[in-house]
Amino acid sequence: MTISLTTLARRGAQVLALTALAASMAAAQTPGKLKVGLMLPYTGTFAALGTAIENGFRQHVTELGGKIAGREVEYFKVDDESDPSKATDNVNKLIKRDQVDVLIGTVHSGVAMAMAKAAKESGTLLIVPNAGADAVTGPMCANNIFRSSFSNWQPGYAMGEVMAKKGIKKVVTITWKYAAGDESVRGFKESFEKGGGTIVKELNLPFPGVEFQGLLTEIAAAKPDAVFTFFAGGGAVKFVKDYSAAGLKKSIPLYGSGFLTDGNLEAQGEAADGLFTALHYADSLDTKRDNAFRLNYAKTYRLQPDVYAVQGYDAAQMLAIGLNATKGDASKSAEISAALRKVTIDSPRGPFTISKAHNPVQDFYLRQAGAKENKKVGIASAKLEDPARGCKL
Amino acid sequence: MDLTTFLIQCLNSLQYGLLLFLVASGLTLIFGIMGVINLAHGSFYMVGAYLAFSLAPVVGSTIGGGFFATLLVGVVLAVLFGYFLEWAFFSFLYEREHLQQVLMTYGLILVFEEMRSLLVGDDVHGVAPPDILNGSIALGDMMTYPVYRLFISGVCLALALGMYFVFTRTRLGMMIRAGSTNREMVQSLGIDIKFLYRVVFAAGVAIAVLAGMVAAPVSSVYPGMGSTVLIICFVVVVIGGIGSIRGALFASLLIGFVDTFGKVLLPSAAGVLVYVLMALILLWKPDGLFKAG
Repeated sequence: MTISLTTLARRGAQVLALTALAASMAAAQTPGKLKVGLMLPYTGTFAALGTAIENGFRQHVTELGGKIAGREVEYFKVDDESDPSKATDNVNKLIKRDQVDVLIGTVHSGVAMAMAKAAKESGTLLIVPNAGADAVTGPMCANNIFRSSFSNWQPGYAMGEVMAKKGIKKVVTITWKYAAGDESVRGFKESFEKGGGTIVKELNLPFPGVEFQGLLTEIAAAKPDAVFTFFAGGGAVKFVKDYSAAGLKKSIPLYGSGFLTDGNLEAQGEAADGLFTALHYADSLDTKRDNAFRLNYAKTYRLQPDVYAVQGYDAAQMLAIGLNATKGDASKSAEISAALRKVTIDSPRGPFTISKAHNPVQDFYLRQAGAKENKKVGIASAKLEDPARGCKL
Repeated sequence: MDLTTFLIQCLNSLQYGLLLFLVASGLTLIFGIMGVINLAHGSFYMVGAYLAFSLAPVVGSTIGGGFFATLLVGVVLAVLFGYFLEWAFFSFLYEREHLQQVLMTYGLILVFEEMRSLLVGDDVHGVAPPDILNGSIALGDMMTYPVYRLFISGVCLALALGMYFVFTRTRLGMMIRAGSTNREMVQSLGIDIKFLYRVVFAAGVAIAVLAGMVAAPVSSVYPGMGSTVLIICFVVVVIGGIGSIRGALFASLLIGFVDTFGKVLLPSAAGVLVYVLMALILLWKPDGLFKAG
């Protein structure tokens, strides 16, 4: 049998067309996949945090059988590099190019603000799994913007309550001059002054400078009862070590927001022993829920979970609760908001609820560093709600 | 500010200035004398800090010896590393435009950061100072001053004197200085300028790595630490006058004082004071404080 070349080509084209038709019909029949856009730092200083958040998120999605509200989850990932100048471009890649149903991100507050702005304009559902910028659940708040972590104000406020209750009167604060540091100190100041304390000096240095020696000398000269600080990551390690090496730790106790000793305790070594910090998670909560979460996480990723993993995990929990209420429709943000504000979320950190402005209302633990662990020693502030100043929800 | 506090702040300024010189002096060699804009200089500093962290256990178990043995091994490795980098990359850059130098050395930053992430990970690490330098001396009624910081200052001073001596008093220094003024002429006099530059570059890398290793116990070891020192290093070299070691030392100390007292007396402007200083000095002396040769 001989077939001419043209016939062969025509047959081939017919087969191709039929296959394409069949494929498109199949796609129309199955319910659409849920497109989840993960915009997190995968390189740079915060790379480890981005990975922990994604791990936590995926862990809960796996627990749900890979589906949220009946829709299979498909991930789209963008590395935000913790660079605010690229943030708008990056978030638009997810919103416009990939057309994701929901955005998860990010760690850096400046980048998160750009994401919140884009989400507010496009109406895309956004869950912030770390960045504490007060404005995200303040002036920027919207029906489709949620946070599974904390606001910078919260740990500062919680620590202020603790220190005022301890009868500490004169305090020097020291932090980086940028949003997270300023907001944390502002929260601290509010509760500490309400409790009868005074701040004798507010010291700060440009972010991310680590030359603390001159400011430590100022602390020694001011002779306060205690010092409150906000530093994080590598800078926190250097600060805690310098503080101890300058001999101040013995005479002037150091208190901080929890990030001072989170994820970097091993590097701080003995210098961190005994420091008190306030955060919404601790290493030894020893609840059934947390133990199960930690065991599961350690088995899956061969890593110990941290507060960032918990926040990623809870972002997935919040997403599932919200979408179950709308049968998987991510665009009905008013219904999602109403559903989330009604429930108590069963988090490894302990149960929490969602405020009117969509920030967690949660317990802040008083923790003491020691033996490479941030051990819970009590509750610094129970069911603490961010005042959400400037939010009109 | 009472007198004790003032004196302690002067000590802080001096110490910070010397630390700056330690980091910036390698850049003086590579940028100032060889004329290559080397953005990867901060990465060499970072490599040094990570070497101090990851080499210590290896050196301890194979050769024996603690911190100082690690320093020695690190410097030897750094010289080899620098020699290789010059041969593979930088030797092609001398005749090129500044833009191409910037592009390639920026590319190297990305490569070094990614390799660091793959090999050591993204965690923050601490390095313990050697036991004999782990004490501290009392200072005023509240503060103590770690001995290790004094040791760093000592290393900086020794390095500054050593470099100054080599450049102004030795035949090698004379050849290097001549090479920075006129490459072709030096070559035609029968001096192997290629080899000479390779040695200078390796020395520049080794100094940066040494700076990273020595600073690791006080600065801790973390991702992105190189980029934080890079800009201030360029400021030091530019204020001091390109190619001048004496200038770099003066500029480092000047910045140390301006930065420390700026943070204390003018906290709201602390971030820009150093750059204002640079602008003023460049207006007054466009070539920096001490222009070489």
